[in-house]
Amino acid sequence: MLSELQKRLLNDYQRDFPLSSQPYRDIAGELGVSEAEVLAALQELTGQGLVSRVGPVIAPNRVGSSALVAMQVSPERLQEVAELISSFPEVNHNYEREHHYNLWFVLIASDHRHLQAVLADIEKQTGLKAMLLPMLADYGIDLGFDLDFDLEWHDGSA
Amino acid sequence: MDPLDRRLLEAIQQGLPLTARPYAAIAAQLGMREGEVIERLERLRRQGLIKRLGVVVRHRPLGYSANAMIVLDVPDRLVAQIGGHISRFSFVSLCYRRPRCGEQWPYNLYCMIHGKSRGRVLQQLEQLSESCGLGTFPREVLFSRRCFKQRGALYRASLVRGHADG
Repeated sequence: MLSELQKRLLNDYQRDFPLSSQPYRDIAGELGVSEAEVLAALQELTGQGLVSRVGPVIAPNRVGSSALVAMQVSPERLQEVAELISSFPEVNHNYEREHHYNLWFVLIASDHRHLQAVLADIEKQTGLKAMLLPMLADYGIDLGFDLDFDLEWHDGSA
Repeated sequence: MDPLDRRLLEAIQQGLPLTARPYAAIAAQLGMREGEVIERLERLRRQGLIKRLGVVVRHRPLGYSANAMIVLDVPDRLVAQIGGHISRFSFVSLCYRRPRCGEQWPYNLYCMIHGKSRGRVLQQLEQLSESCGLGTFPREVLFSRRCFKQRGALYRASLVRGHADG
């Protein structure tokens, strides 16, 4: 079970993290708890894997070059191909999705040439064609994710 | 962005230390002053290179197991307007324009909805569709199945060093 403090930290501090000398103390002050409690709660959330980090979300394509890539992989090869692709350090997300384009991953490279080279390598090693889908415009302002701790949805199809 | 900005982003991309003075710790690591680290981060945030700074949650373990990528084929002249409208919904986590890829893949607008169930995500999609007038545009909904790899974007200063030395 999440404590009230953990819920507040998860929901209310996804953006505008204090850029001050002692940010955790500032947050503690806002929440009426001690700095040690804030640090312990964040340690625990990180340890449990609910928080990936307290840190930045870096804008895509402003640093280096990135692109979404889709592939069509036969079900019997999916695991093997996915593992091969995940093994590239330039790959950050790699998901199976319900579609005939069933493997979707994000490539991040130093520049466009590097990106193309990694993609060519992946195509060669898998013998499969990849569809390169670079971002052309980002309409999101990334306010973080509004978490709903109360409502549980049980419609049986999750 | 200068080389120090890059080193700074590299140093904090996997998270700030959970210690009383995290920026001082990063500064010590980079041979900078704490104040300089804070000023640079303020600027990078203002410039939009850092989209946000804070707690980055993992959706799946928090119960948001239904994750749908919605792809739409909308007229090019409307894509920015529709994209802007879609991204205002708090349950939409990303909204990007991407190139079409032939007849096989005519889609040019992508957005992501994370929800606690498939039914809930489809409900939110209907809400989005009505409010943004998406009804007539071809679209597909791609729910995620397995996650093979997920980690924050990793930028290495040694990788992101421009062309001069590599």
